[in-house]
Amino acid sequence: MRSTPNLLGLYSPGTTVLHRLPPGAKLGALFTASIAITVVRGPVSSLLALGLALALVLWARMSLTTLVRALRPIIVVAILLGAFQVWQRGWPVAIEVVADLFALVIIASVLTATTPIDAMLDTIANALRPLRRFGVNPERVALAMALMLRSVPTLLHIAGETRDAAKARGLERHPRALLVPMALRTVARAQSTGEALAARGIGDD
Amino acid sequence: MATIQIVDAVVKASGPGGDITILGPVTVTLQEQRIALIGPNGSGKSTLARLLNGLICPDVGTVHIDGLDTTGDGSAVRRKVGFVFTDPESQLVMPTVAEDIALSLRRRGLDKIERRSRSLEVLAVHGLEHLADVSVHALSGGQKQMLAIAGVLATDPDVLVADEPTTLLDLRNTRRIADLLFDIGQQLVLVTHDLELAARCNRALLIDGGTIVFDGAPAAAVDHYRSMAP
Repeated sequence: MRSTPNLLGLYSPGTTVLHRLPPGAKLGALFTASIAITVVRGPVSSLLALGLALALVLWARMSLTTLVRALRPIIVVAILLGAFQVWQRGWPVAIEVVADLFALVIIASVLTATTPIDAMLDTIANALRPLRRFGVNPERVALAMALMLRSVPTLLHIAGETRDAAKARGLERHPRALLVPMALRTVARAQSTGEALAARGIGDD
Repeated sequence: MATIQIVDAVVKASGPGGDITILGPVTVTLQEQRIALIGPNGSGKSTLARLLNGLICPDVGTVHIDGLDTTGDGSAVRRKVGFVFTDPESQLVMPTVAEDIALSLRRRGLDKIERRSRSLEVLAVHGLEHLADVSVHALSGGQKQMLAIAGVLATDPDVLVADEPTTLLDLRNTRRIADLLFDIGQQLVLVTHDLELAARCNRALLIDGGTIVFDGAPAAAVDHYRSMAP
């Protein structure tokens, strides 16, 4: 069976160097890359970062088609953001902002595609263990981060369902018919997920 | 079999005009292997089921599982009592099939390698091993429910509470899930609208208006239920 392409939150098993790297090293690299991409200014460095991100995609043997489909939800945001920057600050800044956005999301997608969530959870929990003395529960923080990644495709699914429901009633152009049900469904899903976690005893220990 | 003891349990919910009673008072002791909870929509079946693993605590009265109080010993109760929801979408919280089973096993203190190998064993038992690294979003409804049940059974509970586990499934998947549920060694408390499934149990409770209106043999309970809906 073919896996559903998701923005973040999808592990694709493999044997590449990126798959074999320890999750901690990859998380550290993502952290460093995020800061570097945000701090270093100029369209040239941003395009270089985007090129590097695409090279990582190839290195991880991720399918480009899958990546493009997974990135579709942020394309609209990127176009709006780019248009606004062109209007306000000109082409160079627009290229920089859009390339930075794509580079960050692609690098994060490579991380999740090459790292099982379970391994990431262990790494985050281990890294946070020294904070236990300050009342931080590392397992709970790690689980919250895993749930955050897991919720991205869920939210996209809810958005699709809500859009279809509005369209079926001829209300696709009414923002309230889209936003209010989506917000309510999202909260309901969060509550049912919380209930399911409680039923599985997760968070009891 | 575990002894489920409910004594004078009442569950209330906040309503516009103050608290309303949605269940109770209920007093019953359950020791049979297969117990069905049947009744109309909104009758309190799911509320009663949720009392059994401490998802809901009674406002009045007590619920004990083998002597463990669901209010005071919630964590220990949840180790004994697994819960399967109607919609597996809400129950599956990890991105891939094997990772979701591994999440259930985290409570057992197993390391990463042990969790992975145990997850694959559990999946193999349920014929899902070929889906181990597939996204949970890519599964069919029947596969999702099968995975949700496998995730609960992986922790080896004494009691499995299933809240309308076949409601969203087609006939073939309903049969698969029903066969699985009636095959397990654990005690089963099954909330269902499927009267054929209820008839396969050892005891049935008919719930209406938040109280038990019939308690006895499934065939008699089903007849009583049918007589309520002319």
